[in-house]
Amino acid sequence: MVKVLVIGEHDGKVLNQATLKCVTSAKGLPEAEITIALLGADTGAVAVQAAAVQGVHKVLRVDRPENAHVLAATYAPQIAALAADYTHVFGPSTSFGKDLTPRVAALLGVPQVSDLMAVEGAYRFRRPIYAGNAIITVEADAARKLVATVRVASFEAAPASGGSAAIETRSLSVALPAHTRYIGAKSGSTDRPDLQTASKVVSGGRALGSAENFKMLFSLADKIGAAVGASRAAVDAGYAANEMQVGQTGKIISPEIYFAIGISGAIQHLTGIKDARTIVAINKDAEAPIFEVADFGLVGDLFQIVPELQRLL
Amino acid sequence: MQKIMVCIKRVVDYNVRVRVKPDGGGVMLDGVKMSVNPFDEIALEEALRIKERLGNVEIVAVSIGIADTQQQLRTALAMGADRAILVQTDTAVEPLTAARTFLSLAKKENPDLIFLGKQAIDDDANQTGQMLAALWDRPQATYASKLEINGDKATVTREVDAGLETIEIDLPAVVTADLRLNEPRYVKLPDIMKAKKKPLDTVSLDSLGVNAGSLLKTVKTEPPSQRQKGILVKDVSELVDLLKKKGLL
Repeated sequence: MVKVLVIGEHDGKVLNQATLKCVTSAKGLPEAEITIALLGADTGAVAVQAAAVQGVHKVLRVDRPENAHVLAATYAPQIAALAADYTHVFGPSTSFGKDLTPRVAALLGVPQVSDLMAVEGAYRFRRPIYAGNAIITVEADAARKLVATVRVASFEAAPASGGSAAIETRSLSVALPAHTRYIGAKSGSTDRPDLQTASKVVSGGRALGSAENFKMLFSLADKIGAAVGASRAAVDAGYAANEMQVGQTGKIISPEIYFAIGISGAIQHLTGIKDARTIVAINKDAEAPIFEVADFGLVGDLFQIVPELQRLL
Repeated sequence: MQKIMVCIKRVVDYNVRVRVKPDGGGVMLDGVKMSVNPFDEIALEEALRIKERLGNVEIVAVSIGIADTQQQLRTALAMGADRAILVQTDTAVEPLTAARTFLSLAKKENPDLIFLGKQAIDDDANQTGQMLAALWDRPQATYASKLEINGDKATVTREVDAGLETIEIDLPAVVTADLRLNEPRYVKLPDIMKAKKKPLDTVSLDSLGVNAGSLLKTVKTEPPSQRQKGILVKDVSELVDLLKKKGLL
């Protein structure tokens, strides 16, 4: 029987959408029984949310003070211990999952399938390589546990209500290392939607020319309730914060609508947006590769187009 | 801080557009330009800067691959690594195998720090550093964008989805480099000449007792599905009309 342990991502209050997408990917496995594991200082509120997710059989809570902050070095041995009862361990392809899951796999002595984008069987999956320029189908040995990160842009979120999973509290007798300590975080947190899960994204490139000019994208985004992203060129130039980068080495996203403004469309950027439902490109260079993938393209000066767009929306 | 090990991978150059073989048996690699994985170059650069700050630190560049991987190790030596080790094998190794190989080198070399890139741009796996840290039973600081060494500890700023996170780790430890950790230096011609005289040892994967057998079987390679090219609109009002008609705004 296929038993999947999904590593739940949360901030102590809210279960991350990425976890709901992992649940959907796990549902694709034949006759899968799905458990969400939650580690934290107090996962009570998050456990209630996890238990309500459709298709989830069980929620495991591991509450201890050392779990207050996510550290792969302390989380991994606990997940590895929980994994004893499971055939599969899935984590999201977010910075949380990408950091943690390989450490779990190594402790279990098994390989990992990264960025799983389609399930073709209990041990057969598809995943992208070379920045998405090729898609491989991989098969793992059913005799071993299978560890994977799930490319969240490839799956819809499982419904957040309607489920009624049992919640179990586990205390694990796992010795935790003290060699890694959380110091602090600086987030560019705003009232805007989360870039990774937003349904609308306004993204800017080098053509914006300055951090000051980039502000007009924030203003446009606020008008339509969108998250704001950026190309690597815009981030490298200092126009936008690191966490706004979309692409092969940034965030891979799948919004309903993506506005690429002043972005030429390097392959590494396109990798991050190929699952967007609709791409709108605004660029003064009619030959820019972004127009090859855009559903709607508008050639022209973004400094005239963006204010006009904002007026008309 | 006495020794830093930097793990580098030979990959298809960043600028090459990789194509899938018509028979689905992998990607076309014949005659394609190969380079040091860009993230590993950043990792090496950071090691070199630590050496420049602290002095008296030995930098050992290590890699796993075919004999031609010596070229990438020579590049690392030209950048400033002191010596290099190639673990030679004709089999492409998976991340877990690479981590086991680097572990075996780490046990011999006893470095204070092991640097890797956060991911290789060929398989995009993003696993080896984390796996190595687990097997070595040492801290990991992935996606590093800033690093400070304070005696037997390091403070690392990491790029995470929500922004930046700072952790403190005891050394020895594994650090994986993100894009904005630094900008790698260009190699100058005299350095290339000097690099030819630096030691580059070759050992076989078998001699380290690591099994190169693959754990995941790639059964098919396909090109990605292409997005259809859409339409060009003439002005903003046409764009807004179309988006509203599609219910997108």
